[in-house]
Amino acid sequence: MIIDRDAALSALIPHVAERDIVVAVYQSCFDWLQLNPRDLNYVAVGAMGQASSHGLGLALANPDRRVIILDGDGSLLMNLGALVTIANAGVTNLYHFLAANRVYEVNGAHPLPGADRVDFVGFARSAGYAGSQSFGELDLFTEALPYILAAPGPQFVSMEVRPGQSYPRDYDYIHSAQARQTFRAALNRG
Amino acid sequence: MVSAPNPTPDAPVVAHPSGAHIIARIKEAGIREIVALPDIVTSDGLLWPISNDPEFRLTRICKEDEGVSICGAMSYNGTRALLMMQQTGLMDSLNAIRAIGMDYELPVVMMVGLQGKEPHLRPDQSASYGVRIVGPVLDAMEIQHSLIEEPEDIDHIPQAVATAYAESRPHVFLIGRAPEAS
Repeated sequence: MIIDRDAALSALIPHVAERDIVVAVYQSCFDWLQLNPRDLNYVAVGAMGQASSHGLGLALANPDRRVIILDGDGSLLMNLGALVTIANAGVTNLYHFLAANRVYEVNGAHPLPGADRVDFVGFARSAGYAGSQSFGELDLFTEALPYILAAPGPQFVSMEVRPGQSYPRDYDYIHSAQARQTFRAALNRG
Repeated sequence: MVSAPNPTPDAPVVAHPSGAHIIARIKEAGIREIVALPDIVTSDGLLWPISNDPEFRLTRICKEDEGVSICGAMSYNGTRALLMMQQTGLMDSLNAIRAIGMDYELPVVMMVGLQGKEPHLRPDQSASYGVRIVGPVLDAMEIQHSLIEEPEDIDHIPQAVATAYAESRPHVFLIGRAPEAS
């Protein structure tokens, strides 16, 4: 079973509170920006693989906010140690969602190494996340979301997805000073 | 790993900076968040004391570029942080520093032990290629850096940190001699 990515992200939207920070990367980011544009979307990740580490920095510095990471599977494979770092950092406000499409989607859709075998949930569980689970059915994912986001973090959720509707890839925006300033201003408004 | 030159018996004895004084300057700079991977140059004099100091929160990382992102993200609400690592980790993190520190103009402040540098020689005089290239690489990337090896070199730490945050750009402190654990 597999979920359309935009359906999975749309299911998440009602559970994202106004004060929550959302860190999103690559196609999940482009989809999210269209589906749920908001000032506390953190899009300036800079280097592939670094979303979870940005999320950790935000979670440490903003303990009164939830930090929701929309990571990519190819990205996570570049920074697997971050799972251990996060699990060891003592953050309870970090929620790590993985769009597991098993390909490098924005770079030509080449398969991940070990695409049909990699167990991301197992990685997070053995790293020490408080919770780690996978969903391939939208109904079950939707049903579980409020419980996941109410549980103490760090929580890891692998969403087994395929591309849904195609949203434009606005690289200029995610790397722009405007995007960073918008986020900074929203964060510091309190 | 960096090969360390064999110390010659006739190498001059030089003074080393005080780790306690460096830590005091780090605190004076308003830094309470330390993000680190162990580095043998700064282990005894800085990282162990910091790890036992309740005024700091130490986040231990698995790879240095994680720290670039953590410190950069922390800066959005003004939280000051210091990333500690060895120059090998700095070299391994150049793309993250390029993107997050330089392209995004974020104040990522780093303290980097020059493992393999001879204490009595300047970095550009070192027999170690891995040490000699650090300054030129940072210059090529237009990243501000300063050297800490004489005891009095530590005095500029608070101002350099303040400038990095005021101007929202990285700064690298290069530790050329192992700080003493006192």
